[in-house]
Order: sequence, then structure tokens, then C-alpha cells
Amino acid sequence: MKPLEDILVIDLSQFLSGPSASLKLADLGARVIKIERPETGDICRKLYVSNVNVNGNSTVFHAINRNKESFTADLKSSTDLERLIKLIKRADVVIHNFRPGVIERLGLDYKTLTKINPEIVYGEISGYGKEGPWKAKPGQDLLLQSLSGLTWLSGNKSDGPVPMGLAIVDIISGAHLVQGILAALIRKGITGKGAKVEVSMLESVIDLQFETITTFYADGGQPVERTKSNNAHSYLGAPYGIYKTKDGYLALAMGKIPILGNLLKCEALTAYKTPSSLFDKREEIKYILSKHLMTGTTKQWLAILEPADIWCSEVMDWKTLMETEAYQSLQMEQMVEMGDGFKFKTTRCPIRIDGEILLSPKGTPNLGEHNKHIVSEFNL
Amino acid sequence: MKPLEGILVIEFSQFMAGPSAGLRLADLGARVIKIERPEVGEGTRQLAIKNLFIDDDSLLFHTINRNKESYTADLKNPEDLKRIKKLIISADIMTHNFRPGVMEKIGLDYETVRGINPKIVYGVVSGYGPLGPWAKKPGQDLLIQALSGLSYLSGSANDHPTPMGLAVCDILTGIHLAQGILAALIRRGKTQKGGLIEVSLLESTLDFQFEVLTTHFNDGGKHPKRAKQGNAHAYLSAPYGIYKTKDGYLSLAMTPITKLATLLQIDIPRAYKLEKNWFDKRNEIMDLLRSVFITKTTEQWLVLLEKENIWCSNVYSYKDLLEHEGYKALQMDQDIITSNGKNIRTTRCPIRIDEERYYNTKSGPKLGEDTERIIKEFSL
Repeated sequence: MKPLEDILVIDLSQFLSGPSASLKLADLGARVIKIERPETGDICRKLYVSNVNVNGNSTVFHAINRNKESFTADLKSSTDLERLIKLIKRADVVIHNFRPGVIERLGLDYKTLTKINPEIVYGEISGYGKEGPWKAKPGQDLLLQSLSGLTWLSGNKSDGPVPMGLAIVDIISGAHLVQGILAALIRKGITGKGAKVEVSMLESVIDLQFETITTFYADGGQPVERTKSNNAHSYLGAPYGIYKTKDGYLALAMGKIPILGNLLKCEALTAYKTPSSLFDKREEIKYILSKHLMTGTTKQWLAILEPADIWCSEVMDWKTLMETEAYQSLQMEQMVEMGDGFKFKTTRCPIRIDGEILLSPKGTPNLGEHNKHIVSEFNL
Repeated sequence: MKPLEGILVIEFSQFMAGPSAGLRLADLGARVIKIERPEVGEGTRQLAIKNLFIDDDSLLFHTINRNKESYTADLKNPEDLKRIKKLIISADIMTHNFRPGVMEKIGLDYETVRGINPKIVYGVVSGYGPLGPWAKKPGQDLLIQALSGLSYLSGSANDHPTPMGLAVCDILTGIHLAQGILAALIRRGKTQKGGLIEVSLLESTLDFQFEVLTTHFNDGGKHPKRAKQGNAHAYLSAPYGIYKTKDGYLSLAMTPITKLATLLQIDIPRAYKLEKNWFDKRNEIMDLLRSVFITKTTEQWLVLLEKENIWCSNVYSYKDLLEHEGYKALQMDQDIITSNGKNIRTTRCPIRIDEERYYNTKSGPKLGEDTERIIKEFSL
């Protein structure tokens, strides 16, 4: 039995943050009904990345919205709204990411819904929280990365700001919402009462940086300094970074520099004996290492370092990774099938329960695909 | 009432992934007891970033382990082990990140623990999953970034593989662990049975890439292509990226190029008016935009673009952010106090429940600080 079986989630959210939360709930066993605007649906359906269109929807939409049902409702029509409210009466969880004020105008705010369903767990994602000068700004991933200081952590010193190349803020805030919703469902199991769970993209991206911001406060607010070369973490000492070799790249995490020097037969490194030099002299050390590692192949270096328990790795692209037995043994891929018979490949839920991987064969819903069924099932 | 009040967590996990899950559970109301080796304690106590220590422990340790208790036990000593097993009888959750086989040797593997406490939710963090040829390799954040293809997504086209400058794999894995554990607690509420939750850094990092991997699976297996300069997402069309202005930077999210050209009052070649080319000719379009944005200040552009609801933002450092009203309004900071009375400023839990922000002044525990009290309390 999947842990969230019998849980009904009504998801009014769009784009990535909210829908990624409901995807995780779906993969853990919940039933998720996605409420979409008639005609257009979730805007993400048409957010094509690299111009790829798969069976009428963007690949991003498929990735985020598989394993869900789609119900179209015009929230400005009183008939549709009435149906939706009837549906929410039977739901355990409601999720939305409308901008502040919108949900109140629709009459679907937490206060109103608790009157209809006092046990409801109500999840809300905003961009910047409900207070302060930014509350009405659009909550979009790159903008949040830019505002939150995150873009000064990756890349090298002379690079400008370097964003993380994925929608990390959306993903983290969606994941926090899942945590809050699950915690509230546990409490509901004990007290019988629902809850309002709020996350914002800004608070979530601050939390992502809890380590570096706490350090920033403690070091008197010194500017973040990426290393000139091979930077992988602005706050960590050498050798932490990715290095070019004769035929590829090698990642090196923590390690004592003189030991590395001996292993790699790089005498210049053996001079860095004190623990504090790892950070204070990291530019020099990285420079010496980067020159030296160019003289051998990745395989040659790994053959020396791995047996000595140095934390190192080849740098792989997806193709190389997917050819490894280790990747294949994870069974991280799954085929899913849409209502119209179209099949596509995607990844599965990363959590294993009771020794089993969790697969969900259900594909992405076409817009309004489940309207009829849901209307009759719930007597709407 | 915080949602996890009354829940007892026994944490054998070290470093970042497992303990960050423990921290979230603690902030949501659970009581978390860290089990640590006598004398040395968990590895992070001595793992400092920027050589920062508060009394005997690293600042990093406090950041990840605030709001927890510490109990020392030598798991190879039968007396100590007996006490731990007794403590486990009262626990709801335990977590560890030992390499495969270690807990079996100690006698605290899931099967044994379940024999002691059938309701326990048992969480395991590994590097590469429980099986396969990499199962015994060290699981470390940068190595996982390197192996998982992630480092080919950030930075621009001619850069080396560019890691994300934070322990993102650890953090996501910790989030997934907490999600799995909470879901298992919900199931336990219905079935009265515990469960085994397993997550790995590699599976969580693949999940992190679920959107782009799904695209890769369905675009004929193309490699991600970062934009030539100012890249923010390998799969997104122009103008998505960061641009240099006269006095700083400007980030720009999804915007129709035609609309942007009108606002910026520039003539664009006819080809750039076609949506399909916003991806295919992304480098040329971004070059053109770069030549425009450099001519005025960030503020000037923001005034012009925000008025038209264009998704754009300034690019802030930590100093800019933390001093901004938009940040202060969140009340995201909190001070924790060590048992020696020292103050450490850090951030709070990003999830708000029932309109409440959760604060807690408890710092990381001193090694073994709570051992005596716990022995008495649980009659160990």
C-alpha cells in the first residue's frame, strides 16, 4: 500500500512549484485532481522547452503533471465554482499559487473553505510572502535566484552572476510545501483539524542557503568570494572543485593537500601543511592542481585516488551516466501511458518505501479529460 | 500545537542530508535526539567552513543541528547498545546514513529494529541506492553533482562543467527523506505499522532534473546546450538569462522577443519575430539584447520593464538582500543561543503553519549534553 492512498488532493496551482508538490503527493499514493481553466488549461502545457512538443503538450508539463486527473472549471462561473466547492468538501488537501488577493476574490481562501470542510489541509505558495514591498511581484524562478544572492555562489570569480541552471527555487518551495502538508495531515490524524500551510519561493530559497547565510552573519558580512578557477562552493577550501584532465574532467571534494600531493606526484602541493591553508591558500592550491591534473587522463587519476579513499569522481554527462550499470540498476526511468494511449518515458519518484521503488504508470491528463467521470463520481 | 509534537526521532545520521531532515522534523515540532560517538561526536562538529567555530563546534554543526539533543553511545559496546535499543522502543522515527552493511553488523538494521518496535519509521540515506556497483562508494555532494550530469546545466557554453555552489544534492535528499518519513507516519496512523524509507543522493539528484531528463528522453537524446553567455537554463529560449547593464546586472525571464523589441525600441530581423527562433537563434538574440542593456542602468531598465509587467529583476548580493525591506518583512532570521550563552544568527524554518512562523532559540547541543537526562527519563 502506498502511504497516501485514500488522500484526495485538489490542485488549483500552475507552473512548477505547486504542481511539483502535487506530483510528489500523487507518487506517494494520493489522488490528484488538477483544476484547469477551460480552453487553455495550465499555462505550462504550452511552455515548450527547446521547441519540443510531445503529444500536444510541453515536455515540462508532462514531467510535472503525470499521474494526475484534469478537471476544467471556470472559476468565474458560479456553476463551476459550486461544483468545485462540492468537490473540495470531499478533499483532504487543496493547493494553490494564485497571487495574494486573488483567491479571496474567488471565495476559495482558507477561511471560507474551513467553513465548508474544517479538516482541509490548505497549501499555498507565493513568491515573496504576503507582507512587504515585494508581495505583488511575479514569483518566477530566475527572478528569485537573482534577488536572493544565489547567483553569486556558482561559477568563478570573474564570471558575472551565474544562476543554477534548473528551476531550483520552484522545486525547493514545492518540496517544502509537501513537507508542511504531510506534517499537517499527521496532526489532522490526531486532532481531526485541518491547517493552513504556507510557503514562499523567497523563504524557501533563503532556507536553501541556510548554511551560507548563517556563515555570512558570523563572518561579519564579508562578500561571497568564488575562487578564480575551479569553484564549486565559495565557502569551502581547496581542492573542492572540478578540474580539467587530459581527456575530460575530474571532481575533487575534501582531502588533505600534502596527501594529494604525494599521491599525484605533485611536489608543490606538499608544502600546504596547515589545515587553515586549505581555505586561505585555496587559489594557489587550485592553480597548481589544475595545471598538474592536465598532465594525465581522468582514468589515470581515478586509479590513483580511489584506492586511497580520496573523494573524487569522473564528471559525466547524461549519456555517459546512463550507460553505467550503476544507473541502470537504480531503475530510475519509467514509461507512463496517457488516456489516449500515448506512452512516454520519464523519471520515477526518488523515495523507496519498504524496499520497493514507487512506479506510477498513469501519464499526463489531456485538458478536461476527467470532467465527466468526476462529475458523476462526486455527484457534482 | 506544532504538527509533529509528541514525535520522537533518533538520529544516527551525520553530515548534511540526514541531519537536515532531522532539523526540519525538529522545527515542525518533533523531539530529535542525535546519537553520537563518545569523544568525537558527529563528523560535522569539526567540519568548519571558513574556519568558523563557536566554542568547540563548527558553526556549520550549529546551523544544521540546532534544536536537537545529543546522546553519546559507543555502538560497539554492548551496554550502550542495550540502552539504545531501549530508547528505540519509545521512538517514532530513526534515521542513519551508514554505508550498506554497517547497521547489520551493529545489529540496528531495519529488520532487527522492527522486531523491537514494529511501529518505527526507519529512514536511510545512501549515496547511490541500496544496490548496484556504486553502493559502497562515498556519497558526497560534489561527486554526485559531477556524476549525475548536473554540472552541464549551469554556466555558459564554453565554461567547464559548472557545479551549483551549494550542497544541493544533500539538501534535496534530506527533503525527500523527510517527505518519505512523514508519508509513512500518515500511513502508520491508519495501519499501526511502521516502514522503511530509503533515499539516495543520486536518485534525489536525478529527480531534481526530472523536467530536463524527461525532455532528454523525448527529444531524441540531445545533450543540453547552455547559451553562449548569460545562460540561466539550457532548455529555455531567449531572453531567459542575466544581462550586464551600465552599473550592474538585470535578469530577464520568459518574455516574447517581439514585445521586448517594442519596449526597448529596437529593430529586430524578421527571423527573430518567429517564436521557434527564440530558442534556435537564442545566442544571436541574446547578443543583440546585451548590446542594448549595457547602455542604461539596472534601475532605468527596471522602471521601464516592470511597468509593462515584464518578468525581470535586479541581481542582489547577500548584503543587498539582507538589508532590504522585502527581506526584513519575512522575519526570516532568528538568534539561537548556545549553552555558554553565545548568540548565533541563523534562519528559521521556511514553512508557516496556521499563519505562524516557527522560531526556536535552541542551538546545536554540546556533545553528550543530554545523555544523563535521557537515561533517567527513559529508564535506560
